[in-house]
Amino acid sequence: MNNFAFNVERFFDILINKGGYKEVLEGLLNTMIIAVGGLLIGIVIGTLIATVRVMPKYKAAIRVMDKICSFYVGFFRGTPMVVQLLVFYFVLLPLLGIKLTSVAVAIVVFGLNSGAYISEIMRGGILSVDPGQMEGGRSVGLSYSTTMLKVVIPQAVKNILPTMGNEFIALVKETSVVSFIGAKDLYLTFQNIGNATYEYMVPYLSMAIIYIVVVCLITVLIKVMERRLRKSDRGR
Amino acid sequence: MIEVVNLCKSFGDNNVLKNISTTIKKGEKVVVIGPSGSGKSTFLRCLNCMEDPTSGSIIFGGVDIADPKVDINIHRQKMGMVFQHFNLFNNKTVIENIMMAPVYVATKKLKKQKRNNTLIALHLKKGTPEKIDTSVQKIKEQAHDKAIELLKRIGLEDKADAYPSSLSGGQKQRVAIIRSLAMDPDVILFDEPTSALDPEMVGEVLDLMKDLANQGMTMVVVTHEMGFAKEVATRVIFMDDGRMIEEGSPEEFFVNPKTERCKDFLSKVLV
Ligand SMILES: Nc1ncnc2c1ncn2[C@@H]1O[C@H](COP(=O)(O)OP(=O)(O)OP(=O)(O)O)[C@@H](O)[C@H]1O
Ligand SMILES: [Mg+2]
Repeated sequence: MNNFAFNVERFFDILINKGGYKEVLEGLLNTMIIAVGGLLIGIVIGTLIATVRVMPKYKAAIRVMDKICSFYVGFFRGTPMVVQLLVFYFVLLPLLGIKLTSVAVAIVVFGLNSGAYISEIMRGGILSVDPGQMEGGRSVGLSYSTTMLKVVIPQAVKNILPTMGNEFIALVKETSVVSFIGAKDLYLTFQNIGNATYEYMVPYLSMAIIYIVVVCLITVLIKVMERRLRKSDRGR
Repeated sequence: MIEVVNLCKSFGDNNVLKNISTTIKKGEKVVVIGPSGSGKSTFLRCLNCMEDPTSGSIIFGGVDIADPKVDINIHRQKMGMVFQHFNLFNNKTVIENIMMAPVYVATKKLKKQKRNNTLIALHLKKGTPEKIDTSVQKIKEQAHDKAIELLKRIGLEDKADAYPSSLSGGQKQRVAIIRSLAMDPDVILFDEPTSALDPEMVGEVLDLMKDLANQGMTMVVVTHEMGFAKEVATRVIFMDDGRMIEEGSPEEFFVNPKTERCKDFLSKVLV
């Protein structure tokens, strides 16, 4: 136990006196940038894919787009995130001759990946909206896309908000694999601290606590958002 | 106003509409009746191409709107539709529901004019620039004023900022009707507008519809309200099994039906 107390003391010494907190903040920031950036890109991609997938399939062009989207979703859901990161960073970028920081790559890959998952969530959300809403819009002469964007998707989003919250939380936790391409996230930061002292228990315990706090904060945030959105259901 | 020529519609190998032809003239109030599953809704929904006809033409404003190359949205703006389940936008307030399409259509036109004028100014296009005497702000104000006026007409101006979920069925349907009126349509299609309502709310909706009829609106109404048909219709169409079996003025139709099927149907509904 004495040993533990010593380790804790040393850990806080590193954190506070040797400037370790800056590293931790940077790691936390990168983790959040990757998760939030990935989520935002994912929402855009996911909404686009979901829209294509629920479109009526009269036209050949739409059927082709639908096939492409379904291949995309299958690919990103069918391979592990780590593999996608590694392929992107060590294979695709060198082949294309593009230089990007590992954090930037992580954001892009997380966006592409979560786009696949969000498209499925969004598709379910769109299908859960009464088809009469689309008909109402079309009957006054609004186009399919306008009705989708202004009427159907806002209602779909409200329905799927809890699921999207879970997706975001999953994303935050999954960012811990970005160290595979050297992106300095929370995990890599604490591993570095552990490496410096050959003691991992206290750093990893602290890391777990930070993850838990972040996840709890997000959960609260989502609850607040849901309550706000519910208001329009009740009217005035 | 609307000319239906050899309209056929099938869902898979279920032939729902079998070669229907008729002409709906300006100012007519056509009531479509018939047993359940006879294709009344499908017929009505083909008129504004909510269902794409399998074959045949719908000539509206001189254009065959059944042609997939036609921009159907432009024509639907002139063809209101009222549904059994109202289909108000749940995420918009009452006034937003009414303003949405007019604002959208007018701003789209404005943007197009501006784009055109820019192209002409840059000498990328020939022609004289159009004079633009409106703005997005003005469009919204006009749509708002009109929406309020329409709401006053049905006595619901105090509900302007309420969401549809807080309205009664009758109120929802009346808002749905003025939502289609906001586009100044040439004709309004009604698909069983009172079937989903509590009995005590049927009257207020029928009254509004009678009001529209008296003002000369062209209407096509699918309904089971025989009283409304007798009072308002200028022509009654009886459908059975995807065909128009009989049509005529309500006097002829209700007093002297020609076909057995029609007599049979009327004996069941007119008790
Ligand atoms: N979207 C659809 N897909 C497949 N079949 C359909 C579809 N819509 C209608 N039908 C079929 O077309 C036939 C006619 O339906 P329609 O709704 O036009 O009848 P209706 O006369 O309006 O009946 P009701 O009085 O019950 O409303 C029915 O047999 C129905 O099953
Ligand atoms: Mg029907």
